[in-house]
Parts: sequence; C-alpha cells; structure tokens
Amino acid sequence: MQVSFKKRSPSKKDRAKNLTELKPGEAGVLAKLDLPEDDARRLMELGFIPGHSVTRGLSAPGGDPRVFRVDGSEVALRRETAVRLILR
Amino acid sequence: MGDCHGCPANSLATLPPPRFGAPPRRHIVAIVGPPNSGKSTLFNRLTGLRQKVANFPGVTVEHRMGRVKLEQGRDVFVVDLPGVYSLTPRTEDERVTHDVLSGQMKDIPRPDAVLLILDSTNLSRHLVLAAPVLSLGLPTLVILNMADDLKSRGGELNVAELAMQLGSPVALVSASKGVGLEKIFQFLSGATLGAAPLAPLIQLPVIQDIPKCRAWATSIGNKTGYHAPAPPLWTRRLDAFFLHPVCGPLVFLVVVLAVFQTIFKGAKPLMDAIDAAIKHSGHWIGHLLPNEALRSLVVDGIWKGVGSVVIFLPQILLLFLFIGVLEDSGYLARAALIADRTMARFGLQGKSFIPLLSAYACAVPAIMATRTIESKRDRIATILIAPFMTCSARLPVYILIIGAFIPDRNLIGRFLGMQAAAMLGLYILGFVAAMLTARLLKSTVLKSRRSSFMLEMPPYRWPTVRSLALRLVDRSKVFLYRAGTVILGVAITIWVLSNLPLNHGRPPAIEHSITAGIGHFVEPAIKPLGFNWKIGIGLITSLAARETMVSSLGTIYGIEGDQHSPGLQQALHQDLTLGGAIGLLVFFAFAMQCMSTTAVVRRETGGWFWPAIQFAYMTGLAYICAFLANKIVTFWS
Repeated sequence: MQVSFKKRSPSKKDRAKNLTELKPGEAGVLAKLDLPEDDARRLMELGFIPGHSVTRGLSAPGGDPRVFRVDGSEVALRRETAVRLILR
Repeated sequence: MGDCHGCPANSLATLPPPRFGAPPRRHIVAIVGPPNSGKSTLFNRLTGLRQKVANFPGVTVEHRMGRVKLEQGRDVFVVDLPGVYSLTPRTEDERVTHDVLSGQMKDIPRPDAVLLILDSTNLSRHLVLAAPVLSLGLPTLVILNMADDLKSRGGELNVAELAMQLGSPVALVSASKGVGLEKIFQFLSGATLGAAPLAPLIQLPVIQDIPKCRAWATSIGNKTGYHAPAPPLWTRRLDAFFLHPVCGPLVFLVVVLAVFQTIFKGAKPLMDAIDAAIKHSGHWIGHLLPNEALRSLVVDGIWKGVGSVVIFLPQILLLFLFIGVLEDSGYLARAALIADRTMARFGLQGKSFIPLLSAYACAVPAIMATRTIESKRDRIATILIAPFMTCSARLPVYILIIGAFIPDRNLIGRFLGMQAAAMLGLYILGFVAAMLTARLLKSTVLKSRRSSFMLEMPPYRWPTVRSLALRLVDRSKVFLYRAGTVILGVAITIWVLSNLPLNHGRPPAIEHSITAGIGHFVEPAIKPLGFNWKIGIGLITSLAARETMVSSLGTIYGIEGDQHSPGLQQALHQDLTLGGAIGLLVFFAFAMQCMSTTAVVRRETGGWFWPAIQFAYMTGLAYICAFLANKIVTFWS
C-alpha cells in the first residue's frame, strides 16, 4: 500500500511530510499513524485521527518535545513520535 | 452469585426483620471523565468536607469515596475515579477506573449509576468517551462542565437535544463555581430510589473503532447545534511566556527562590506566635498540675516534644499552598514538557517529573501518582527515586538545624538570605541524588528502550480558593493527627525512658537514664558522623516519621534543661559541632526514614524486593555521605 521511493533518494518534494516538518503555526491534515497499535490508539484517543487537521504550536526550550494543536486540545509529543505521524 | 440479587423468594427468606432506622443498602455512583474535565472539583463540591481522610495523604488518589447528603437524611456514596480517554486501560490508574466500572474492584461493588463528566469547551472530542460509558447500561447523567468557560468564549449547544440524542439526562454545570448542581442532586436522589436503568434507545458506534466513535461524536455535536468556543487566548499568551526559552526558566527560578525565602521569613511571625502560645499554655498547665512527675510529663515530655513539631505547621502549609497552585493552575504539565529532555538524559521521561515535583510535598502521593507512567520500568525507577525529593517532613529538621548553625545574613540583598540558600542547596542535593540514581538504575537493572512521551497540555485555570483551602485543611489534619498519635506516643515513651530507672524514688539525671543507655549503645555507630547519643535517639525515633526527630530532641533537651533553659536551637548549637550538624542535614537528605513510604512502595511494586533495596541503598548512601560531610567540614573549620 505504501509507495516506496527507495530507488531515488527521497527529496522533500516526493516524500510525504510528517509532523516535524510543520513550521510554527502551520497546519496539515493527518494521513496515517506509522506506530505500533498501542501507541497509535492512545494518539487517536488524544485526537490524532487520520483526516483531522494538526497545527504546530510552541515547543519546549531546545525544540523538543513539541506541542501540537489537534481537535480542540494541545498535546506534546517527542520528535521520535511526531516523525511517525504522516501528513497528506 | 450476582444472579440472586433480583430473586424475590430468596431475598425475602433471608432478610432480617425490619428495624426502625436500619441502614439501607449503600448506593454507589461513579464519577467518570477524561483527564482535566473537573472530576475532582465536582467530587469536592458534592461531598464537601465529608470525604474520608486517610491518615496519610495519597491513599485516596486511586479512587476516592465520599458521601453526599441528600434530602430526608438519605445519602449516596460517590467514587472519584482517575481520568480516562477510553475504557481500554493503558496505565495503572486507568485500570482502576476500568476495574471499578466493570465491578472487578475489591471492596467496591459495581456502581449503581454513573456521572459522566465532560469538558463542554471541547465537547466533540470528549463525547468519544460517552460511547463506551453509555454502553455499560448503567443509569448515566452526562455532565457538561466548564459552562462558564463555554459561554465566555462564545460557544453554545442545545442541552435538551443532546439529552435526546444520547438517551440520558444532561446537565450543564460549572463545578468550580458551583452553578447548575441541582440537577446532579436530583439525579443522585433518583439513583438512591433504585430508578430502573433506561435501556439506551440510541445507536452507539463500535467502541473499539476510534475514528468511527469520533465521527459519531461529531454527528451528535452537529445535531445538537454545538458550536465550539474560541481557543483559550490566555493560555496561548501564558504559554508564549512560560515556554519561552529564556523567560520561562528564569521566571521559574525567581518564583522558587521567593518561595524558599518566604518559608524562612514570611512564616516566622506565625511560627513565633504558635511557639509563644505553646510555651505560655505549657507554663499555665504546669501551674495547674500539683504532682511534680505529672507536671514534668505534660510540660517537658508532651508540650515541649509535640510542640516543637507543631510550630512547623505554617511552613508546611505554605509549601503545600505553593505546590497546590502549581498543580491546580496547569503549570505542572508545562514543567513536565520543559523537563522532558533533561529527564530523557537520565533515562526517564517528562511524565516522571510530575510525581517528582509532588514528592516535594510528600513521597506517598507522589509514588501513587507514578501510576500515570506507561512504562513499568520507568515507573519503578520513579518510585525508587521519589523519596530523595525533599518532602515536607524534612522541613522541620532542616529549619531547626539551619536556624541553629547557619548565620542569618543576606546573600543577595534582602531577596535571598544565607539560611534560605542553605535550604535550597539541600533541595538541590536531594534532586541531584535522585537523578543520578535514576541514571544508575536505568543503565543497569531497569534498562529499557526509550519510552514515548505524549502529554495533553490543559488550559491554564485559576486555582480556586476552595480547592486550595481543602488541600490545606486536609494536610493540617494529617499533620496534627500524626502529632497527636505517633509523635505524642514517641514523646511519652522517651519521657518515661528518660526518667527511669528511679533512684531512691527520684528520676535519675538524664545521663543515667534508660534513654541515655540506648543512646550510648548506638553512639559508636554514629560517632564517625559527628552525632552524639541524643541525636542517635532522635534518629531511631525518626524511623517512625522524619519530623519525630525534632520532637524527640525537644523532649530530651526539655528534660535536661531547667526553667530558664534556652530554646532547642541554642541547646543544639552548644551540643553539636558544625561538622556534625552538616552531617545530620546530609543524612536527612538521603536517608529513607518513613514507614508510610516503605509501605506504599511495597504495595505499588507488589513485594518487599524493591522497598528493601531502596531502604538499604538510601540509608547506606546517607551514612557514607554524612561521614564525608562531617570529615570535610571538620577539616576545614
């Protein structure tokens, strides 16, 4: 199902964006959660549901973890988690 | 077993003969809701001060039970449960909610009804929880909280329509302001009358499928004309400030320094007032008592012993007030966010920071609070390091020793004195020990892969006077209860042992008493730390609770001194070297001297293994470091 770009080195243009690539205040629509079932479930309960819009908020001093606004609330995620949340 | 409940023939045969005023069956109503929806605020509103207060705080964190008085002398028990996003538990605290609702919890029968409390300012997402809760089939009142916020931020919805859609009654309330509670009392009244549960006529989505549940919640929201309020503007503004790379940490530092200075200076008048009151009442009672031995017991043993601890109540309440403001305002979640990177360096994560901060008040609730940590290894590591955080029971000992040995001079103008700085140093010492221990544990026995960190940032809220007052009243009760039981008992024991064996019918000089005998017996072990036998007695009694140290010293020095004896601080100053004093502070910073903590660690880790390791490690570390501190200070001075 997933399109692979292994032949060419993935440049930002052809690769799907993830949450860490959002600039402060920028919004994107979530496509899928590339995480183990358990973590994905909790994230969906927190509002990270495919098809919903996510906005990048502030971050901790040092840039990690970051706060994302999703479905009426603000949730902080570490970079390693945010990188697995793929945008459309 | 449960099948027989409704069986009339059987129950008639076994029912006891009706007695006038026989207590009816207990009715239990559970409060369920997502985190930060205001469950505890509602619980406190409904039960007032009638909730059960345990003898140490924290046993009620898991599920708190309280009685709500209804009309005509009837009452109902409400259970406050940990916040959940769904009924699929992921952490220990969520499991409590799951177990209570499904009737699997020991000691608590399955609830008769449910109060489902949701945040009305974020209804669409919170309604997702309504699907699994309504499908339990219990009579449910849906409470939409934060009605005042919803209104002031321009949101709206049709309550009657929502009740239709959900097939359950709905109440729009503001728990913090106490608005709209009548409907809840009405519902609770109905629950005690055993109102038959209404079979929900509505179509619920498949509970396991979160996107479907969320879509269902949206459609309900749309049908009821729900209009989400504007985003919380003040929260954004405050976050821009508190999460600012420079301002944020700076503000935190200034606030913490101010608190330490206040604990030393601000609480002084109150402390002196209580001290004076205890002294005067001691004299007064002394004059009333004819018998010399009895007078000595009451004045020297009890009054000077217990009194020397009670005078620290203002400081402890001040600390609890500060931590209460941090917890209630929503700042704690930001602190966890800021701390996450640092915590990660020591093998933990930001969520461990929240229990560690509350451990500054008391380690017992802090250890309970670790239930929110998903990773079991992270959780055990946090439990093991929590008692290193300077809890409020250490405060009396620190203040006593620092007051006696550290000069009262200004360090940074009038803003920070040397005594406050010394205490801050002890707090930092405990924190550093905790972090290094975490590092040690997480790189050896509790090694695990980096755990994920997901934390919802609640909007900032004004801490209500009511909730803060409840905390302080609660804490005062615990503190005074302990002073009136454990500490009183120890004080009387020490007085008795200090006045035996009788020599020609007269009490011996304290040097020849049983107390001194015990003290001299342990003295060789503690002499290298610079402690004399009196401190040894204090250390033995401090195993009951840390602050007992102060009362024991109060009793011993109280008996030793005469009518014109100087205060406990001066007595200590003459009896202990500077090296011994510093050693004692270091010892208290590290040693594990709290039976309640050991008991709760045993319960939370499910055995004696971890508490035994914790006790041995902390006490060993305390001994070695106190020894080094004594030698270094003695060498230098």
